[in-house]
Amino acid sequence: MSTLALYSPVPSVLHRTPAGLKLAALAALSVLLFAVPQLPVASIALAAVVVLALAGARLTPRQLLAQLRPVWLWLAGLLVFHAIVTDLATGALAVIRLATLVLAAAVVTATSRVAELVAVIEWVCAPLRLLGVRPARIGLAIAMTLRFIPLIAERAERIREAQAARGATRPLFLSLVPLLVQVLQLAHTTAEALDARGADDEAPPRALWRRG
Amino acid sequence: MARPWRRAAARPAEETAVRPRTAVELVDVSHTYGERTVLRDVSLVLAEHRVGVIGSNGSGKSTFARLLNGLVVPTSGRVLVDGLDTAADLRAVRRRVGFVFQDPDAQIVHPTVAEDVAFGLHNQRVPAAERAERVAEVLARYGLAGHADHPAHLLSGGQKQLLAIAGVLVMRPARVVFDEPTTLLDLANRRRVARVIEELEQDVVVVTHDLDLLTGFDRVLVVEDGRVVADGAPGETVDWYVARMT
Ligand SMILES: Nc1ncnc2c1ncn2[C@@H]1O[C@H](COP(=O)(O)OP(=O)(O)OP(=O)(O)O)[C@@H](O)[C@H]1O
Ligand SMILES: [Mg+2]
Repeated sequence: MSTLALYSPVPSVLHRTPAGLKLAALAALSVLLFAVPQLPVASIALAAVVVLALAGARLTPRQLLAQLRPVWLWLAGLLVFHAIVTDLATGALAVIRLATLVLAAAVVTATSRVAELVAVIEWVCAPLRLLGVRPARIGLAIAMTLRFIPLIAERAERIREAQAARGATRPLFLSLVPLLVQVLQLAHTTAEALDARGADDEAPPRALWRRG
Repeated sequence: MARPWRRAAARPAEETAVRPRTAVELVDVSHTYGERTVLRDVSLVLAEHRVGVIGSNGSGKSTFARLLNGLVVPTSGRVLVDGLDTAADLRAVRRRVGFVFQDPDAQIVHPTVAEDVAFGLHNQRVPAAERAERVAEVLARYGLAGHADHPAHLLSGGQKQLLAIAGVLVMRPARVVFDEPTTLLDLANRRRVARVIEELEQDVVVVTHDLDLLTGFDRVLVVEDGRVVADGAPGETVDWYVARMT
């Protein structure tokens, strides 16, 4: 299933940990991995993340492997590239480092609701208010991206199937046209739905929005 | 068959003197998209609890529905919702009138079910505790309680439409407009949505091609080429429309 819809509803210690803390730890981990480029450090970090994922977040080994599947070719390519251009140890370091970060990010998304992550991002972006940016808008954009990627992927698949069912052997890019049309229609209605659900309401004084 | 036509509805001008504050009123409304006129001189007062709108593809039904919560502002004429002009008091009108579209996928903007329902409450600045309570209540009412943390795109078509409806009703609008809420659904889910609409306390306007949905409605309008060509009780109006189409 979609890697973006990873949230695991099985409760765990990490689910109860504040999202801000988890994101900060994720940031610290990536700094550490790149600041100290040593194989033992990266290996220990990988082991720690796996333990945290299985015990702390109560993810199954299958869920973890599913996270690596999309980047699997990438990692293999990286290893081969380094083995040829530099050496195998550097390649191993690069691969372990990336795998660690992918899994750590998966642990964070599996144990944090999007709303919590978005709230942290909005908080971090709060100083941008001074430049006229509305942090809530950034948060909404992120949430909508997560919502629409699987949907658009599904529509693309349906178009591909419909064309295949009619024996299409046309080049792939031609199915982009109907997809684009669908996405534009979707965007139009979504814009209306956002309006209808009050997304552009300015922050009014509390008494004003209460119905009564 | 004689065309069903309710005199009172046909003459809103007489009624404007005693304009009901709790009604939707269209006064000489016309609407054009560019060159194309899609609604012509529509004048109506809708004070019934449940009003249906039927008519062929492209007749102007969705445009009519969009007028009722200010998604479309008429090119000429006025639309008053409980005394508020949609052109002048847009925000207030939007807060009064909820809108449910045909395609739930286009209305669900958050990745998981509970977050999406909470979206409108965020916009209304409802405090977190009350928000959680209202979301839980609505999810339970529409049989989605077990799916609160599930990704929205894994729901069935019927569940998605219920989610879209829940996301609107949680905001407690005074009125709800539906534009073809059952078109994409199978029979069982059509019945479910029909029951949801039937149980609403709010006044509703429902645009539909699903004529069964209109049983028990108080009034049905037939729209043709941008005009209301028949208006009356559902039995006679629907029969007239069906006879005309066959
Ligand atoms: N945003 C727009 N811009 C231009 N033309 C539009 C727009 N929206 C609708 N129209 C046109 O206005 C006419 C009436 O459209 P409307 O969507 O109101 O019809 P409808 O009765 O809802 O049809 P259907 O049963 O197919 O949903 C159609 O000819 C349509 O092509
Ligand atoms: Mg329509």
